[in-house]
Amino acid sequence: MGKLTRERGLILAGFVLILAYPWGVSAVGQPFLIGLGTRILVMGLAAASLDLIVGFGGMVSFGHAAFFGIGGYAVGILAFHAHEDTAFLGLIPGTNQALVAWPAAFVLGGLAALAIGALSLRTAGVHFIMITLAFAQMLFFLFVSLKTYGGDDGLSFRPRNLLPGLDTRDETSFYYVVAALLIGFLVLARRLLDARFGMVLRGVRENERRLAALGIPPYGIKLAAFALSGAVAGLAGALMANQVRFVSPELLHWTKSGDLLIMVILGGLGTLYGSVLGAAVLILLETVLAAWTEHWMIVLGPILVALILFARGGLWGVLAGTRRS
Amino acid sequence: MTALLEAQGLVKRFGGLVATNNLSLDVQAGECHALIGPNGAGKSTLIAQLAGELPSDAGSIRFDGQDVSRLGMAARARRGLVRSFQITAVLPEFTVLENVALAVQARLGRHYGFWRRAAGQPALRDPARQVIEDIGLTARAGAKARELAHGEQRQLELAMALATEPKLLLLDEPMAGMGSEESRRMVALLQRLKGRVSMLLVEHDMDAVFALADRVTVLVYGGAVATGTPAAIRADPVVMEAYLGTDDGGWEGAA
Repeated sequence: MGKLTRERGLILAGFVLILAYPWGVSAVGQPFLIGLGTRILVMGLAAASLDLIVGFGGMVSFGHAAFFGIGGYAVGILAFHAHEDTAFLGLIPGTNQALVAWPAAFVLGGLAALAIGALSLRTAGVHFIMITLAFAQMLFFLFVSLKTYGGDDGLSFRPRNLLPGLDTRDETSFYYVVAALLIGFLVLARRLLDARFGMVLRGVRENERRLAALGIPPYGIKLAAFALSGAVAGLAGALMANQVRFVSPELLHWTKSGDLLIMVILGGLGTLYGSVLGAAVLILLETVLAAWTEHWMIVLGPILVALILFARGGLWGVLAGTRRS
Repeated sequence: MTALLEAQGLVKRFGGLVATNNLSLDVQAGECHALIGPNGAGKSTLIAQLAGELPSDAGSIRFDGQDVSRLGMAARARRGLVRSFQITAVLPEFTVLENVALAVQARLGRHYGFWRRAAGQPALRDPARQVIEDIGLTARAGAKARELAHGEQRQLELAMALATEPKLLLLDEPMAGMGSEESRRMVALLQRLKGRVSMLLVEHDMDAVFALADRVTVLVYGGAVATGTPAAIRADPVVMEAYLGTDDGGWEGAA
């Protein structure tokens, strides 16, 4: 498949922008904006993982924040036990090491998605939306009830998880760690979507019944994609927890799932890179409007409606001159 | 000689309506077996039952020496019992080549490739190109399926089924909605396929049926009222009465 050169140019521009951003904001004397950039990249990673199942697989999940939150809590709880020098459930010792905590967040996000997906994927359409929302709400209330880990108030920890040879407390270093993970995921996801697995996944969105008639049972493919998506969301949650050194049930709140869906739709369903753009636009709009007025949501709402109405195919589709993948 | 497909005592009820009424049917290897009958006779229901899309309320289906009654659609397709759809069911955002390559992939059965580009794999591309050439769509290989004319989509529909290398093709009205020229080409295409692949053909176009079929089964109210050669069916008084009507114009849907 020959991609349009305009889309290639856009990808390159985005790549350069991500790499140059910390340098740029420092050059204009606003280095505190690096943290904002990190947040955008983390949410971009979570949104891109959601696009994998919503945009490409046609599975509209309204519970993606659950996996994001599980990843965040994995980091938070491990750091809490490392600090207290106790063990989770009296068995698993805590840790501050990113190379342990982040893979744990990835695996736990994936396992949760595997379990929730195994049940939810027996339904479709509106039922699927509602059941994924219901599971996410269950997990939300589970974390609210965990008094040991702060319950409603959440759990703060410090320092950030440690990486060998890197100072993660340095905002620029941490930014580049997140950028590397995001870019790594985008490259892997692009390959995966053009490989055999991706052909079937996109086929599921197009016509699931046709796939079955050809001899391809869609369930396993959908479940694998759902689990992978949850795992990456878990990793994103781990990164977000590290960015703010704080986790709370807010991470799993259903509005978080909604935010992620808005980012995906704003950027363009099934465009992959568009999700990162969507995350950037939504977070920047929120930040700018919140600085301007405390009733920023009243302004944000109409802007989003207008963007979604007038930018069919998403912002990425408009900029790249493509519709869908 | 044993039958490739053997359905016995099939029943399908929708509430009080009996769509398939204790129906038995067989398709021999290499045969083109046509299924005709008035609208509402239960032809499409029967195809869906045979393909495994609709569970039967009673009866058994043997295919290629195995009882497949309890298998789902995908499992039957992998054994070589593959259907095409009356309402075109191609993947609209995929190109012609991608549609057919996906069907080839369905036959090869290895879907968990995460790294190598599917488009660059000769194992998928080469057989797909071959089927596309056989079906006469080479000039449109790079076009998206939704951009095709209706007749071309019907061709693609058939190409996808063929690319799975089926032992038996269940063709649900392959000529549906086609103009006469397109129909003629489709009949010629099916004629070429005859012998290479066994077919169970549901079709309203009687010229096509009599040109293609080795045997014809007449379905009325979900039951088979007659089975025989095209000539025998034309002459069968039961068929004349039940289905053709007494006057010559009674062929429902005939072109």
